Amino acid sequence: MSAVSPGVDAVRLRDVRSSRRGDRVFSGLTLVAGALVFALLGAIAIFLVVKALPALQHDKSSFWTTKIWDPDGTGHYGVAALVFGTVLSSVLALTMAVPVALGVAVFTVEYAPHRIGRLLGYVTDMLAAVPSVVYGLWGLFFLLPHLIGTQKFLNGWLAFIPLFAGAHGDVDTFSKSVFAASVILAIMILPIIAAISREVIRQVDPAQKEAALALGATRWEMLRIAVFPPSRPGIVSAVMLGLGRALGETIAVALVIGNTFNISAHVLTPGGNTIAANIANRFGEAGSLGVSALIASGLVLFVITLLVNLIARYVIYRSGVEERSAAV
Amino acid sequence: MTAELSSVRGSLTSRTLPRPALAGVIAGAVGLTLLLFAVTPLQGVADFLVAATALVIVAVTGLTLAVEGRRRAINRLATSGALLALVLTLLPLGFTLGYVIYRGGKRFTGDFLTHSMAGVSPLAPNGGVYHAIIGTLEQVLLASLIAVPLGLLVAIYVTEYGRNFFGTAIRFLIDVMTGIPSIVAGLFVLAFWVLALHKGFSGFAGALALSILELPIVVRSAEEMIRLVPASLREASYALGVAKWKTIVRIVLPTAATGITTGVMLAIARVTGETAPVLLVVGNNNFIHTDVFNGPQASLPLFVFQGAGSSSNFDIDRAWAAALTLILIVVVLYVAARLLTRRNSLARR
Repeated sequence: MSAVSPGVDAVRLRDVRSSRRGDRVFSGLTLVAGALVFALLGAIAIFLVVKALPALQHDKSSFWTTKIWDPDGTGHYGVAALVFGTVLSSVLALTMAVPVALGVAVFTVEYAPHRIGRLLGYVTDMLAAVPSVVYGLWGLFFLLPHLIGTQKFLNGWLAFIPLFAGAHGDVDTFSKSVFAASVILAIMILPIIAAISREVIRQVDPAQKEAALALGATRWEMLRIAVFPPSRPGIVSAVMLGLGRALGETIAVALVIGNTFNISAHVLTPGGNTIAANIANRFGEAGSLGVSALIASGLVLFVITLLVNLIARYVIYRSGVEERSAAV
Repeated sequence: MTAELSSVRGSLTSRTLPRPALAGVIAGAVGLTLLLFAVTPLQGVADFLVAATALVIVAVTGLTLAVEGRRRAINRLATSGALLALVLTLLPLGFTLGYVIYRGGKRFTGDFLTHSMAGVSPLAPNGGVYHAIIGTLEQVLLASLIAVPLGLLVAIYVTEYGRNFFGTAIRFLIDVMTGIPSIVAGLFVLAFWVLALHKGFSGFAGALALSILELPIVVRSAEEMIRLVPASLREASYALGVAKWKTIVRIVLPTAATGITTGVMLAIARVTGETAPVLLVVGNNNFIHTDVFNGPQASLPLFVFQGAGSSSNFDIDRAWAAALTLILIVVVLYVAARLLTRRNSLARR
């Protein structure tokens, strides 16, 4: 960013004294604000660790492998089932959201006329603006009953895949399950992935696309040859950011997941839990050790999402793609 | 490739499907699905739409494959895929907004907006969200009062002063901060403000958590807008002997003001619907509680969340109406921000 040309420094040498003092005060002020960002992130890590320590020390069973959550009663608790459910529901949501998000991003930039493309951008961003608690309410009262058909279909035809296995009786009734949570999560992370992918695809050099078309490529071949390869890092980071959002989503998941503590890959059967949903559901009844245990689980979530985001940002920075969008 | 080349060599214009034929195939596929649903035990509107879509795509691709060849068929399949993705994106949005308006509209009255839940039993049909609206507005306003000035200063540092390692590091940390889950921000304020400093539940604690979520959005949008301000404007100001800080305050910020306002409004829209932090550090209150610094305070997202978990149908009705209120606030903010963008000469460039 070369906002200031070299000649400007010569002019500034003649600045009056008072404005130089103003410069020092103002730049100092912005520097303090910048330093506050460091302090804030540091404080988040420190205070979460400090308040999680009592729970980590008093744990009667191993925090990483225990599948139950009873800190205030028997004192047994652990994040095994929670981490499993968090990762499973997020990965499942990604497999549903990524193809659709990429499709809609490509459609917005490459297929739709310019004006309609811009309108579609606004509309998909609006999907991101709907509060998560509204998605939760909608998921609980609209989506769950309407998912029964899909669940029956998946269980009836694809039960040989362990993911869709499970007792028929369980699947027939609408139920709070990992599958329902994944569908809600997919809807919620779709606009983020679509928005970033859209910006990345829009930045592809038009000359490359025109060259591909001039050589007789169909539109799909043009996308495959000229658009996808240069956008890949941006799209990968978009997917990672979507994953980060899915891992930490709380309220919508809390309303449609089973809130049980079992490790089961049968996503259609009632049950399942995630770290964030467990915090929302258990916080109200938690005693002092219970709150500490919930903070400890939140620390685990913080570290997981931090890692995912660091990877996403690393991919972006290395590729030099600017993916900034107001939606994220 | 050689086979394709030899087929192209035959004539300069390859065979193409006429549009009427394409329309006919689509109509035929839909008709066939109708027939299937009439004579077999298949039923249901959703099932019909899925089956018809699948059949149309198969038929169109198949016909293109037969007439125009493999490359054109794959191209048409990709187009169908992109269109399908668009429908799959718009469908949940339409269903969500439509259903919220349908369910929420029943209880969405003037009475609902102007009454609190004071003394209203869960099993009574009356009551409203006045107290929750006040709580949400106060908390979000307070969060913005913290996050917007701080975010602006950080953005100015990063763009105008921070052309060094420290500046790059802050940019990176801000990007990382956008990924902090809202529940973690809530837990931090719980651990720091409520538990370590023994301040107890309050709207202010919620505002602290919301400001953590708002800060990175403000910084990123402000940073982007400040970078768009042309260097020539700054140089003209410097050439007139104006100090750097005065140039920033009097020239750069006013030029970027529209874009920054848009970013701030989007940030506010985002945090207005946040439930998780409010759930952890604000508590709940059925009464009108205007003191944002002391004691539990109601808020719209929490009102919706608790209504959703209630066993009383009246609570659930109220939750839907509150959800409609919340969506209206967010959508108004969002649309206003977008309209403002249109008048933004920098972003149009």
